[in-house]
Amino acid sequence: MAEPVTPPPLSQQTMTLNVGPQHPSTHGVLRVVLELDGETILRATPDIGFLHTGIEKNAEKLYYSQVIPLTDRIDYLAPMSNNLVYCLAVEKLLQLEVPPRAQWLRVLLTELTRINNHLVWLGTTALEIGAMSVFLYCFREREEILKIFELVSGQRMMTSYIRIGGVALEPPPGFHQAVDRVLNMLPPRFDEYEELLTENRIWLARTRGVGVLTTDECFAYGITGPNLRATGFNLDLRKAEPYSSYDKFDFDVPLHTAGDVYARYIVRIAEMRQSVRITRQALEGLPEGRILADAPGIVLPEREKMKAEMEALIYHFKIVVDGFAPPAGEVYLPIESPKGELGCYLVSDGGSRPWRMRWRPPSLLNVQLLGHILTGRLIADAIAIIASVDFVLGEVDR
Amino acid sequence: MALSPELADHPVLRRLEAFHPEAVVEASDFRGQLAVVVRSDLVRAVLEFLKDDSALRFNFLADLTAVDRYPVEPRFEIVYQLRAMQSGQRLRVKARVAGDDPRIDSVVSLWPVADMLEREVFDLFGVRFDGHPNLRRLLMPDYWEGFPLRKDYPVEGPR
Repeated sequence: MAEPVTPPPLSQQTMTLNVGPQHPSTHGVLRVVLELDGETILRATPDIGFLHTGIEKNAEKLYYSQVIPLTDRIDYLAPMSNNLVYCLAVEKLLQLEVPPRAQWLRVLLTELTRINNHLVWLGTTALEIGAMSVFLYCFREREEILKIFELVSGQRMMTSYIRIGGVALEPPPGFHQAVDRVLNMLPPRFDEYEELLTENRIWLARTRGVGVLTTDECFAYGITGPNLRATGFNLDLRKAEPYSSYDKFDFDVPLHTAGDVYARYIVRIAEMRQSVRITRQALEGLPEGRILADAPGIVLPEREKMKAEMEALIYHFKIVVDGFAPPAGEVYLPIESPKGELGCYLVSDGGSRPWRMRWRPPSLLNVQLLGHILTGRLIADAIAIIASVDFVLGEVDR
Repeated sequence: MALSPELADHPVLRRLEAFHPEAVVEASDFRGQLAVVVRSDLVRAVLEFLKDDSALRFNFLADLTAVDRYPVEPRFEIVYQLRAMQSGQRLRVKARVAGDDPRIDSVVSLWPVADMLEREVFDLFGVRFDGHPNLRRLLMPDYWEGFPLRKDYPVEGPR
C-alpha cells in the first residue's frame, strides 16, 4: 500500500486551520487540524478523545448483563446494533440458543436502527452541503422510528431492549400497526429525498468525484460497511457471516463502483430501501413463541413464575446478586452495523464479569481514514468528505 | 510445539509451520474460532506472511487490541483479528509481551489501519510499538499518568 503523497507546498508559507471540536459540522466533538497551502489540504490530523468515558474499563467491573446499558451509549445513533453485538458475543460464549421470535424481533429492530442511522447520516451530510430541508425531512422520519423504539423499550435512544438470551419485553399491542404504518410511510419519503438530491446539479457537483476511495485503500484502512460497498466490493456480514437468522431473509446488497461521496450516498439510500424490505419480512413472518431463551441461571425467570415457584425466585436472586459465569475462553463476534463491521471481543476468565471487553469501532477507523483522504483535496470539499464517511463520536472515543 | 492432532492438521497451522517451525507457540479452537499465539519477536514476520501468502491471504486487519492477564507473566497479549477478504476466513493471532518495558514490533507498515489502533493500545495499556511513526496517546490527554486499561489501575481512577 503506497503512502499518501503529500504535495509540495506551492508557496513558502502554510496555514494551520483548526476545525472543531465544537464546530457543528463535525457531528460531535471531533477536532481536525488542517495544514493548508492556499486552498489545498497538505495534511489533516484528526484529534479525538474528547468523549472518552472508559466504557471498556467500566465493563470489567460489571456483571455480563449489566454491561448492556453501557453499549447503548457507544454508538447512540444505533443502540440496537450495539445491544445486539454484545448479546451475541455473550451468547456465543455461553452457547445459548435464542428463540426464533426474539431473533426476528432483533432483525426487525436492527434494520429500523439502520434506517435511523442512515437518515441521520443523510440529513447531516445534506445539511453540510447546504440542503437544509433534507435535514429537516430526515429528522421528521427518524422521529417515527424512535417512536417505535419507545413503544417496545420505553426509550427513544438508550433502548437496552436486546438482552442476553432474547429481548426484554413482548412488544405491546399496536406494535404491528405502528411498524406497518412506518414501513408504508418510508419508501415514498425516500423517493422525495432522491427527487431533491439524486439529480440535483449542486449535489452532483459537490459529491461526484469527491473523496474517492478504492477497495484496496479500504482494506488498508480497515474500512467496511457502506463505505466499502461504495467501492464495488461486495461484503455484507449479514450475508457473508450471517447472525440472528439473517440467512432466512431475502434482500440485496446495494453496490456502487465510483467510491466517491456520491456513491456512498447512493449505497445508503438503497440500503434503507432494503432495510424496509427486511423489516417488512420480519414483521409479516414474526413467529409466535418465547422471547427469551429457556436458560435458568442466565435469563431472569418470568415475574409470574417467581410468585409461584421457589426455584424461580432463587434463580432470580442468584442472577441479580452473583450474575452468571460463562466458561473461560474468548470470542470475537462481528456484525454488520450501519457504519460497518462492529465487533465485540469478549474474554472470559470463567468469572461473572468480563475479563476484557473490546469494542471494534467502525467509527474510529472511519475517522482515521480522514487523515488519508483529505490529503491533497480542496478545503471546500473537506466538510463533504468528513460528513460522508459516517461516524459517531461516542463510538470513536468510547 | 506440540499441538493437538486435529489442530496440527489445520491448513493455516500447516502453512505457518512451513513458514517457521517455531513461530506458533500455542493454538486453540474455541467456539469454532481459531486463535494462534505466536512468538512475539516473530509477530511482524508472521503477520506479513499471513497477509501475503497466496494460499491464505489474510489481507484485512479487522482489529488490533490488547488483553492484560495480570498477575500472570508475560502479562500482555496483543491481539490481531484477521480476515481473508476473498475466502471470508477469520483468524486471531496473539503475541505475549512481558510486563516490564512491554514492547512489540509495529505493523503500521503492513496495514495503515494499525496506526490509531496501536496508539490506543499504547495509550491504555502502555505497550510500546517499535517502528510506529507517531506513537502518542490517542484517547487520554497527553499529560495523563498511568495506563487505564491495565488491571492494576483502579476503575475509579488514580485515587
